[in-house]
Amino acid sequence: MSALVVQFLNGLASASALFLVACGLSIIFGVSRIVNFAHGSFYMLGAYLAWTLTRGLGWVGYGPLGFWGGILIAALIVGLIGVLIELVLLRRIYQAPELFQLLATFGVVLVVQDLAMAIWGAQDLLGPRAPGLRGAFDVMGQRFPEYEMLLILIGPIVLGLLWLLFNRTRWGTLVRAATADREMVAALGVDQRKLFTSVFFVGTFLAALGGGLQLPREPVQLHMDMAIIADAFVVVVVGGMGSVGGAYLAALLIAQLQAFMLLVPDFEIAGLTISIARMTLIPSFLVMAVVLILRPYGLLGKAPSHARTQASVEPVVRATPPILAKLGFASVAAMILLPLIADEYGLMVATEILIFVLMAASLHFMMGPGGMASFGHAAYFGLGAYGAALAAKHFNAPMEAGLVAGPVLAALGGILFGWFCVRLSGVYLAMLTLAFAQIVWSIAFQWVAVTGGDNGVLGVWPSIGKTGFFYLSLAFAVIGVLLLRRAIYSPFGYALRGARDSALRADAIGIDVKRVQWAAFAIAASFAGSAGALFAYFKGSVFPTYAAIPKSVDALMMVLLGGVQTISGPLVGAIVYMGLHEQLVRVTELWRLVLGIAIIALVLAFPQGIAGFAAKRFAKEDGA
Amino acid sequence: MLRVDGLHTYYGRAHILADVSLDAAKGEIVVLLGRNGAGKSTTLKSIMGLVPAAQGSIRFLDREIAGLPSHEIARMGLGYVPEDRRVFAELTVMENLDVGRQGPRDAAPAWTPEKLFEIFPNLAEMRNRPGGRMSGGEQQMLTIARTLMGNPRAILLDEPSEGLAPVIVEQMARTIQALKAQGLTIVLSEQNLHFALLVADRAYIIEKGRIRYSGTMAALAADEAIRLQYLSV
Ligand SMILES: Nc1ncnc2c1ncn2[C@@H]1O[C@H](COP(=O)(O)OP(=O)(O)O)[C@@H](O)[C@H]1O
Ligand SMILES: [Mg+2]
Repeated sequence: MSALVVQFLNGLASASALFLVACGLSIIFGVSRIVNFAHGSFYMLGAYLAWTLTRGLGWVGYGPLGFWGGILIAALIVGLIGVLIELVLLRRIYQAPELFQLLATFGVVLVVQDLAMAIWGAQDLLGPRAPGLRGAFDVMGQRFPEYEMLLILIGPIVLGLLWLLFNRTRWGTLVRAATADREMVAALGVDQRKLFTSVFFVGTFLAALGGGLQLPREPVQLHMDMAIIADAFVVVVVGGMGSVGGAYLAALLIAQLQAFMLLVPDFEIAGLTISIARMTLIPSFLVMAVVLILRPYGLLGKAPSHARTQASVEPVVRATPPILAKLGFASVAAMILLPLIADEYGLMVATEILIFVLMAASLHFMMGPGGMASFGHAAYFGLGAYGAALAAKHFNAPMEAGLVAGPVLAALGGILFGWFCVRLSGVYLAMLTLAFAQIVWSIAFQWVAVTGGDNGVLGVWPSIGKTGFFYLSLAFAVIGVLLLRRAIYSPFGYALRGARDSALRADAIGIDVKRVQWAAFAIAASFAGSAGALFAYFKGSVFPTYAAIPKSVDALMMVLLGGVQTISGPLVGAIVYMGLHEQLVRVTELWRLVLGIAIIALVLAFPQGIAGFAAKRFAKEDGA
Repeated sequence: MLRVDGLHTYYGRAHILADVSLDAAKGEIVVLLGRNGAGKSTTLKSIMGLVPAAQGSIRFLDREIAGLPSHEIARMGLGYVPEDRRVFAELTVMENLDVGRQGPRDAAPAWTPEKLFEIFPNLAEMRNRPGGRMSGGEQQMLTIARTLMGNPRAILLDEPSEGLAPVIVEQMARTIQALKAQGLTIVLSEQNLHFALLVADRAYIIEKGRIRYSGTMAALAADEAIRLQYLSV
């Protein structure tokens, strides 16, 4: 009984921390419709800066600002950094497609990661404990730290303060009005830009405060950003985007579930040890799944309205011009001859590029003709890789079987996750795909008994030599791309594009929109799975990073670089991006910084997407 | 007060407005008549900066406003009441009014919630009701009141009589006349000729994004051929 009570209190304390981060994300989204990936980075920066201000400069005690002053000032500074980013970056891309906004903020994540590494180093930093709160309460015979008790109170206090801010000030009224209909607010004479900037400050401040308050609880380290952002996304989706109350409710629900999961003992199924207690993202998943079925826009969320006046330019899929088809044949022919001239390193690079061509083509299938922006395509890549590797490790499967097991596992994942995802659209769908990818990642990371956790699965070697494997990859890439191309021009493909361009009209002519999109989801997943399975044999090992956010971003970059509107786009994109990436990692330690800046620059240069840019240039030639 | 010259507007590639010109003098009520889809709303949105004007001049108080962001246009004293009401459903009546609030302006009536409640007595009885839980007519009154809170010199009213019961339409006409009596300049769009006849001084008729007719309300009332050609009456 006392264990239950303590777990309940733990859950309340965690809910507070989660709430601070998630509610900032939620209000920023509510007003600006920007899904801010960098929110986790602000949380991390809040923790690092608070560490520096309270401990880091070699002071005795807590430094001149004291413990609380340090945390508060750190949060304020990070809030100002957020304002700076809003002014120089986000302000220019409020009208850009959602995916570009996500990408731009992910660029910020990469930059902050490398900067934090350069400033604070890679080692974990231990924070100070809160003054006067070092003791513990006695809760039914168990010790419960005083600081945790304070955190339990901070959640509802911040919730109350935010309620006052939103309901008792004109600023709050304007923010709520803008969350519902920003165009109307502008027409009434309110400068949205000032409103956005101030909201961004508040949201960023809250994230950083959440980070600073973690100091006495856990060491500050470089993975804090990605660790919190997945949970925060889930909380925002579950609570309803833009809803502060919803964020608290969702944080409470998820934190409590996570706390009580810790009490579930390990059990075995068919010889596999299943440790529910270690799979902390699973309860989030379950809550999210149930909520999204019952209330697609979250517990307290509203269906989006009046999002944009301008008709958005949808990507089209053009027929391949004969010249490109010839070019395709020529490059395949050139590839066949490649082993004659390339050295081993060149062959390796070419093989890797081929694998990512397949990956990019599968994502393009989903995004272009399917119209579903996925921010978690790495899930299926990872599932494919683990499918192959686990078949090899646990069942001694030969490579042929592994190359089947991978796509099958990925397709199953696509069927399961896709069922949920096709119920949403736009940025909600993108968030959900991301959350699913994080779940795959966390299973790979946390289910150590099966996946080996961080150590990965090693020794997944192909049964053929490097040249043979190159040809195998070439065959997979060519056949995969041709099959996807066929699907796009089949009746199924037309139905899919019909569903994308106008769900209502497609419904009216008898297309079951959700089913068609679901099928497309599963198809894309299985092709990404093939790429993953190949990659597993290519590297000889599989790690959780294969399913991590950066892999999803890689795939997105390839598709967006090449352009969404053509089938050849992702192929070109994969080649260009992989080539650049390869070079970057070789020449600089700070490749994240450079890549992040490159992504940001790209988005700023082509805020309508390279596809949109190209579409405009070619529009004249079409004469339409 | 307001003068539009040679306005062209596009949605994507669709050319919606072609060479639209119109003007409204101080204290005048001008109506833009046209069938559904003729381009009335697009004209008002273009003036307000909610849809970018590709070409043409829009002058308000002798200042060029084409290309300015909406909030700056609103801050010059041009109010806008959209056709689909767009009250903030979550916000109470008082909060809706608060969003529209701006400082007082020279040569424009200065409004307070209490003064507005005299013109819209229904609203006074539901100060704390969320906008989403009001009838269509009440919402229409609220959007107008909300815009008046900005103490505008002129307002654009997009189909104020649309979807309202006949009794409410008459009430709306009286309201608009009351506003005119306060010296407000009003440009409204309408499909309903009868309503226009009740309130307007002059009329423009728009069809397929082009102005086809302009004249006094009395002249239009007398010209049956024009009415039959461009209006559904
Ligand atoms: N957001 C939009 N995107 C594309 N076309 C639009 C949009 N809004 C209106 N239109 C088109 O512009 C034309 C004029 O519309 P509108 O100005 O709303 O007409 P009215 O207000 O006179 O009924 C119509 O043909 C309509 O289909
Ligand atoms: Mg209209």
